[in-house]
Amino acid sequence: MNHMTIDRRNFLAATATLPFVSRFAFARAASAPDARFVFILLRGALDGLAAAPPYGDPAYAGLRRELAIAPPGAANGGLRLDGTFALHPNCGFLHECWQARELLVAHAVATPYRERSHFDGQDVLENGGVRPHALATGWLNRALAALPAVARVGAHEARGEAGIALGQNLPLAMRGPAPVASWSPSRLPALDDDTLARITDLYARDPVLSLRLADALAADDVAREASMETAQRAAGARYLEAMRAAGSFLARENGLQVAMLDTTGWDTHANEGGAQGQLATRLGALDAGLRALKEALGAAWPRSVVVLATEFGRTAAVNGTRGTDHGTATVAFVLGGAALGGRMLTDWPGLSRGALYQQRDLAPTLDLRSVLKGVLHDHLRVSSAALDSDVFPGSSMARPAQDLIRA
Amino acid sequence: MRCMSMADTVAAAIATNRFGLGARPGELARAAPEPRGWLRAQLGGDAPALAGASALESSSAILSQAAKLREAKRQGAKSGAEQGAASRIAQGLGAYYRPLYVAEVRARFTAAVASDRPFVERLVHFWANHFAVSVDKLAVLGVAGAYEREAIRPHVLGRFEDLLFAVERHPAMLLYLDNIQSAGPGSPLARRASAARRRRDPGLNENLAREILELHTLGVNGGYTQADVTGFARMITGWSIGGGQGRLAAGDPGHFRFRAELHEPGAQQLLGKRYAQAGYEQGAAALRDLARHPATADHLAGKLARHFIADDPPAEAIARLATAFRQHDGDLVSVYRALIDSPEAWATPLAKYKTPADYIHSAFRGLDLPPGDQRAGLIAQELLGQRTWSPGSPAGWPDRAADWDGASALLKRIEWAEVVGTRLGDRRDAQRIAPEILGGVLTTDSSRAIARAASGAQAITLLLAAPEFMRR
Repeated sequence: MNHMTIDRRNFLAATATLPFVSRFAFARAASAPDARFVFILLRGALDGLAAAPPYGDPAYAGLRRELAIAPPGAANGGLRLDGTFALHPNCGFLHECWQARELLVAHAVATPYRERSHFDGQDVLENGGVRPHALATGWLNRALAALPAVARVGAHEARGEAGIALGQNLPLAMRGPAPVASWSPSRLPALDDDTLARITDLYARDPVLSLRLADALAADDVAREASMETAQRAAGARYLEAMRAAGSFLARENGLQVAMLDTTGWDTHANEGGAQGQLATRLGALDAGLRALKEALGAAWPRSVVVLATEFGRTAAVNGTRGTDHGTATVAFVLGGAALGGRMLTDWPGLSRGALYQQRDLAPTLDLRSVLKGVLHDHLRVSSAALDSDVFPGSSMARPAQDLIRA
Repeated sequence: MRCMSMADTVAAAIATNRFGLGARPGELARAAPEPRGWLRAQLGGDAPALAGASALESSSAILSQAAKLREAKRQGAKSGAEQGAASRIAQGLGAYYRPLYVAEVRARFTAAVASDRPFVERLVHFWANHFAVSVDKLAVLGVAGAYEREAIRPHVLGRFEDLLFAVERHPAMLLYLDNIQSAGPGSPLARRASAARRRRDPGLNENLAREILELHTLGVNGGYTQADVTGFARMITGWSIGGGQGRLAAGDPGHFRFRAELHEPGAQQLLGKRYAQAGYEQGAAALRDLARHPATADHLAGKLARHFIADDPPAEAIARLATAFRQHDGDLVSVYRALIDSPEAWATPLAKYKTPADYIHSAFRGLDLPPGDQRAGLIAQELLGQRTWSPGSPAGWPDRAADWDGASALLKRIEWAEVVGTRLGDRRDAQRIAPEILGGVLTTDSSRAIARAASGAQAITLLLAAPEFMRR
């Protein structure tokens, strides 16, 4: 089964004859600073066979037993993508994106990491190299460092910041040479101006603390403009606040281009559930968060791409405690108004026993770095040279996936 | 106060801050004559029991009560839909567990703030985080505190092997890492289920086995393979607790129980060694070997050195701790003594950025805030990003500056510092307290800023915001 639906050569042949192509390409290159990118890390190893169940694979239902998502059309069935794949029934927003051709589903995808430690797996996913702890900085930060310098407007941008992490601290993917901001909601009263001025003085000789404080104050100003201080974290609204904030930061004209969000809790060893249950609830919250992100991006949505990725997948078969253990390949999502969606991006290896990686996991047939490189190149205009040498060192074998972005 | 030299007070500041939880007023002066001796003296005798622990429930009492609650709800809900019943049981458990959690966290916070053996409290926190459970899993919420009191605290001044066994046999860990139902594919139970063609075959869950190897003992580079994980998971099938649901009903609720019917029969391999023991003894033999494995010594030495010395500790310091571990057969006090004797641990400038929890502990200690304010302290820990026992993963809270020194995190500390300053106003004299708790690490810049503050409240805020109060 090969779902790589667009052939690069045919696509070029078809478009080359059209007279407006060159003009269009020029316009896009010039408007690259308008492009917006959100990276959402799903920590804990999302079960790709639950989020995007291959209901048409003959081995799927037998491996998954009570965790299996029923085929589209059945009670509590998946949301149909094509004759093989569906989305989890709680992913209604993602399915709307699919129908609007704004969602690509990359399946049987994996980083170069082949062991099964969460923490090393996340490290590889974030550092962008081929081994855990080989690099102390992250690929997203190095991609920011490789962005063409453009005039930006606003407090962050005056300091050269093009990216922001939604959280109190910077995740590894966002650490590195490029200046980046971080922001999280505060429920403490705002600081007295005079005290703040004195602390700023006190930090003058401390390069780390002075930089952090300046960053924090800039981020706070923006958030106040968006009047999100009163936003409350309600049950079932787990991701709403951070998603709305990310959208608001990126929605401004000539402002920040890149945001990163962290989510946790995807490690479903026991009682994972199927159409309902533990993972279903969390997927539903994520889906609602993505809808909020789109709303907050507003007019910037057509210029936006969101990528969701996790460190690795889970075992193909259900384990002894109605959950799944650490596996290998999984799913990644690419969505947004700028995504050339409505397609599966997979060279599906199948779930037959012989096809499984080490007889237990979905086999990887697509390098996650290819997906990320395709997005960074075509959407953020990071050069191929920078992608191969700085952003994902040692990745020249993982060619950028083509045609992920709307031309 | 006797006259102290600058060098004395730098070492005393390090003893009370880097090894301790921040100086209480007068503590630095007590440590100054012999900072290393002050630390060594804390390692004598048993670890102190948690003050107020008599008012707290044991994990077996808590889990017995939880089992009764679950049963009552199940009976009450027999007529309702299964989905509704499950969520009502979860709500009931949450309502039972939450006050237990709060009481435990308060007792722990009070101990951290009041302790006169703060190095030992730090070690309790260190090992609880090394063997982390996380209360975002409901099953752990009610017993996380009991786990620390029962499995961690009594063993932090003992042998690593005893600590390891107490942890891996404790209900909280068995629940957290899903081992209670893990069954060997050839276990009596699995064979019966398979003969009966039951759809829900019991089977293996490798979560606990993997994290014991990766996090608790050898470390991720400890040289084990997927086959080792699976083999070890089979060896510890049957490591469970009594009084569970359904087929796990037998035994005392909340007590470790070896369930032979879940155990995989036959010999297993781990790290090239064959384990042919029967039953519980098979996993126990493997666990004993893991406790003594050279990779375990290196892994633990690396974590201790990172915690107490620097984010990227010098290799010599790690080697010294690992050697002490091996030479003394995992006697932890010998390792701590090697740590105290490591010159790298006494270096300036201050290399470690405080975690949010210890930032708040040290503020409470330094300003001698009343224990009645503990609620405020706990809310602050949550606001600053470190709600007790909720690292969100079995790897525990991270331990490098980059994990905690984010811009937004710093601003929250400062905002909190201002709340504290405003609340205290003139009731604390920051100018007097600063040298008393920071000694020789207090900089001229900070002491001048505190002296020139516009108000007593602002002086307190500046003390808590000072770079040398953020670090240790």
